Order: sequence, then C-alpha cells, then structure tokens
Amino acid sequence: MPSEVRPALIELTSVRTKEFLRETEAVFWVFGFPLILALALGFAFRDKPPDRVPVAVIEGPAAAEQLAALSKSPALIPRVMKEADAREALRHGKVSVVIANDAKGVVYRFDPTRPEARVARQDADDALQRARGRRDVVPAHEEHVREQGARYIDFLLPGLLGMNLMGTGMWGMGFTIANARMKKLLKRLVATPMRKSDYLLAQFLSRLLFLIVETTVLVAFGWLVFGVRVNGSILLLMLTCIVGGYAFSGIGLLTVSRAKTLEAVSGMMNLIMVPMWICSGIFFSYERFPETVKPVIRALPLTLLNDALRMVMNDAAGLAEVAPRLLALAVWGVVSFLIGLKIFRWQ
Amino acid sequence: MPSDAILCRSLKKYYADVKAVDGLELSIAAGECFGLLGPNGAGKTTTIEILEGLTPADSGDVEILGMTWRRDERALRERIGISLQETQLAEKLTVLETLRLFRSFYRNGHDPDELLRDLSLDEKRDARVGKLSGGQRQRLAAACALVGDPDILFLDEPTTGLDPQSRLQLWDVVQRFRQKGGTVLLTTHYMEEAERLCDRVAIIDHGHLIALGTPAELIGKLEAPHIIEFTSEPPLSEDIWKRLPGCHGMTAKNGSWMLRVDSLADAVPKLLATIDEQGSKLVTLSTHAATLEDLFVSLTGRELRDA
Repeated sequence: MPSEVRPALIELTSVRTKEFLRETEAVFWVFGFPLILALALGFAFRDKPPDRVPVAVIEGPAAAEQLAALSKSPALIPRVMKEADAREALRHGKVSVVIANDAKGVVYRFDPTRPEARVARQDADDALQRARGRRDVVPAHEEHVREQGARYIDFLLPGLLGMNLMGTGMWGMGFTIANARMKKLLKRLVATPMRKSDYLLAQFLSRLLFLIVETTVLVAFGWLVFGVRVNGSILLLMLTCIVGGYAFSGIGLLTVSRAKTLEAVSGMMNLIMVPMWICSGIFFSYERFPETVKPVIRALPLTLLNDALRMVMNDAAGLAEVAPRLLALAVWGVVSFLIGLKIFRWQ
Repeated sequence: MPSDAILCRSLKKYYADVKAVDGLELSIAAGECFGLLGPNGAGKTTTIEILEGLTPADSGDVEILGMTWRRDERALRERIGISLQETQLAEKLTVLETLRLFRSFYRNGHDPDELLRDLSLDEKRDARVGKLSGGQRQRLAAACALVGDPDILFLDEPTTGLDPQSRLQLWDVVQRFRQKGGTVLLTTHYMEEAERLCDRVAIIDHGHLIALGTPAELIGKLEAPHIIEFTSEPPLSEDIWKRLPGCHGMTAKNGSWMLRVDSLADAVPKLLATIDEQGSKLVTLSTHAATLEDLFVSLTGRELRDA
C-alpha cells in the first residue's frame, strides 16, 4: 500500500525536528545547560543576611573598651591586632577598616573607594560614639525590603532566558545550515523542485516547537526552585520569547548565509554574541555603562529582549508598554532575514 | 517532443586558473545512456553540473528536454533526477525518512517503500543513514534521484570507491531505469563501467571533447585491436616498433612499453626476436584486447586514472 505523500514543508519541518532531537549534545546545550547555570547562579546569590565586615583595633590602652563597643554592632566582626599585622591585613583586604588612636582621638584607616569599607567605618563610628553616650536627636527606625521580584535571581532569570533564546536561535540556524552546505546537502536539495523558501521556513517552524519548550522549562524551573514568578501575563511572556527567538533566528540566518565552514560560522557567531553577553544585561544591569554608549546598548537585540522579558516577568508590564521593544526586535529579525535570504549561498 | 534529451552548444566555463569546459558540443538522444569519460580535472563534473542547472556556464546554450534552465527551471527539476559526486545525506535520519523527504519535493513520483524494495534497501529502511555502507549510501543516493520518476538521470561518478558487488548492484539500477525508456548521463573514470553501460561515450580532456562514439567505434579507431605490454633489460630504444609487422605505435607506461598491434600472432614472435638481436633480455610480457583506456593513452599520452 503506497504511503501518503505529505507536503514538502511538513516533511522538512519534521525531519529538521527529528534531526535535532537525535543530536544528544544539542539537546543538552539547549535545555540542560541553562538550567545548570540558573541553579549555580541562583545558589551563589541566594538570599542571606548581609555579611558582617571584619575590622581591626590596634593594640593599646583603649583597645579593650573599643572591642567591647564594636562587638555590639550587628554589622562588624572586630578583633585586636598589632599595628604591623593590622596594616598587612588591611592591604590584603582581610579587614576593611583599621581603628587606631592618636593624640586627637580615634583614627579610621580604610580605602574610601571600597563601598563596604565606607559603610564599616560609619558603623564602627556609630558604635564607638554610642558607647561613649551619644544620643540620636531624630528618632529613626528601619523597614527592610525583601519583596519577590527584587532579588538577584528575579533579575537573573529573565536574563538567562534571553541569553538562551539568543544562543539557540543563532546556533539553531547556524549549525544546521552550515553543516548542510558543507556536506553539499543544500546543493542536492536545490537540485530537486523543492522551494527554497520551504527549506528556510521549515527551519523557523521547527524552532517554534523548541522555543516554546525551552521557555517553559526555564520559567517553570525558576518558579519551582527559586519562586521566581511571572508577574505579567504568561501569554505576553510567550509572545515576547517567540518574537525574540525569531529575531535571533533571522540574525542567525544572516550570519550563516555565506559561511563555508563551521569554523567561520563559529567565529562570526561569537563576534556577534559575545558583545551582547557582556553589554546586554544578562548578569548585571547595563546601567553601569557610561551614558554615551547606553543608547547603542539599548538598541542591541539582546538588550531589547532582556528588557522586555524583565518588564513582563518582574514589573507586570502590559502589551502596550512592551510593544515598542517587540517591534524593534521584529525589525532586527525581518531585516536580517531578508538580507540573509538575498545573499544566501546554496552551494 | 524533440528527439534530443540533452543538447549543448559551444559550452564554456573558465575558472581563474583553468579552462574547465572549453567549447563543448553534445547531443544525447532520449533513451540513450551516455558516458562522460576523462581523468580527474578534465571538466566532467563542471560539465554535468552545468547541464544539471547547478553551475552557470560562461557562454553557450543548454537545452534539456527542449527546455532551458533560465525559463523552465521548476518544470525541469520535476523531470530530472540527480546524484552528485559527494553529497552526504543527513546522517541522523533513517533511509525511509530521507527518501520520503525527497519524494515530497515532487508532484509525481514513486512510492518510497516500493523503490527501497526495488533497490534492495528495504531491510535498511529504518536504519540511520550514518550506519550505511558505501554501496548502500550510493544506492540511497540513486533512490533519491529516482524517486521523482525522472525522464533523465544524471549520475556523477556513481560507483567511485565502491566494491565490485556494490558496483554491479548500481549498474543494475541504471539498466532497469533504461529499460523503462529513461535517459542517462553519467561520468566515470572506470572504462569497464562505460563499456558495459553506455551506448555512447565522450572522452574529454582539459575541457575539450577528444573522442565521441560507441565504445566499439572508439576502440575501433585505435586501428589496432591488441596491446602488448613488455619490459626488457636493458630497455629497448623508442623506434623499435617501426620494425614490427602491423604495429601502430608505442607508448611508455610506468617503465614498460605498450605496443598497439593488428595481430598478436605476427607481432609477438618478431618482438621476441628483436629483443634477442639487441642483446636484451625479456623481463615481463602481457597482452590484452584494446580498451577505452588504451584509446585515451594513445590520444593523450597519459593515463585516465593518472593518480
């Protein structure tokens, strides 16, 4: 009994999907690696009380009284040291502040460019002044902010999601196409009546499936393990991931459109991805970069995607707020795709 | 319906350092099996890929089934089947998946399962392409070329590197395609393959056609149906052949001499006597009926497989 003939687009998509699933390593890098990274970073930066800062008191007549006063501060770990040892400890960063006494009173020795040293100096001074009877003139108390959505893991997870979408989008296109070109499979395919657009479209369609799976896995993992919640709409998050994923597929197609070897593809992929790994706010906010380069950074596709993901996941932003970024991402994707298609090398 | 399945005129393709095809004219009739013969680098692959519409020619005309690549590419692709010289099909797919994929590109064609049975690949239908032997891969490549039920089959060195049994199996595939009226254009550097499969053969060298005809005609052109190959110690001088009866020439090959003669019965005794007269001693002697290989050597002074 003759088996039915399915449309070429469906065959191409199904074949592409099977090929990927049979490539064990690729499956690991797409699904396993981001989870391991999220787990490691999540634990490294998990919530815990602020570290107490070690400070040194120089041996002398006032040392015992000062040690007792400093010990009452919840932010400090004071210890008594000899002058020479204290200098050495300060130089090596083993203590942040050295407390000495001279004719004029207490001397705080520290590096003012280190924020934790400045804070420790303030804490030490408060402790010493209060022990000698200083009274605060304005009554004050503290309120501690620990809300969900403001922790490091809440910031990190959307960044990892964006990074993963970039990596799988670019490599998903790059590796298969470069490989098929090198093995002359592309040439063999264009020797049939196959529509070239079907081939490229199939690459995009099979990506959709993986895109949904990898997004779901990472978001579910963040929620179950670290309690990272999606504060905005899940559908909008999915839409953002799909637009972002496809933008990078388009950029991946452009990157691989003429490359003849896997080495060339690999080099170009890194040339494009590494700057975005650094600049686009995966692990830390790009607000730390100088003002002059920020407009450029904000226009990078990964920055657009990461910002949009954080807006939806952390800030519960709606479609109207995210739309400009999604639109910009779509422009990146479509323009790259069209240029890539134009200059594509089939053999 | 024009009687020529494949036609090309004044075909030229120059690369920076080499004239790959230099004014080639060919006309191949429908139903014919035509062989392009030549050493590596002769321009066989460039020629066949121009005819397949994969490489643009610098100048010249190509007509396939009365159509041109510029105007009728899609229609032509439906009617030809191609096996490239070095395609590696996706290793992670199974044989059947691969063939179904290729079948999906054609409007009409064979049932993949049936085709696999015809090519004795049905036992391997669920095996990954990466696990196939060289012969099985070539048969799968042939299956991919045949699955669209083409009128013309283009095969670029279909049996290079295959063991004798795999080669026979592939020849069988080609012959069965021909029995159904198909036209075949193949390139090869195996003489026996051309002699066995091809109705007509074109020998090309440096992008030029240097001989064209049926294998029998071409061998007939040698004027000498027999070849004597011999070595002697010390070697004989080059003009020795002029003294032998019915001898048409002598060519050197790997340190031995090849004589082209009308009759072994006349030439061999005289050759032995001459070697004796010269105070030389016969080291090796063998004879065979002339082949296309000998024709190529006599035309170019080189061997076809000048590896």
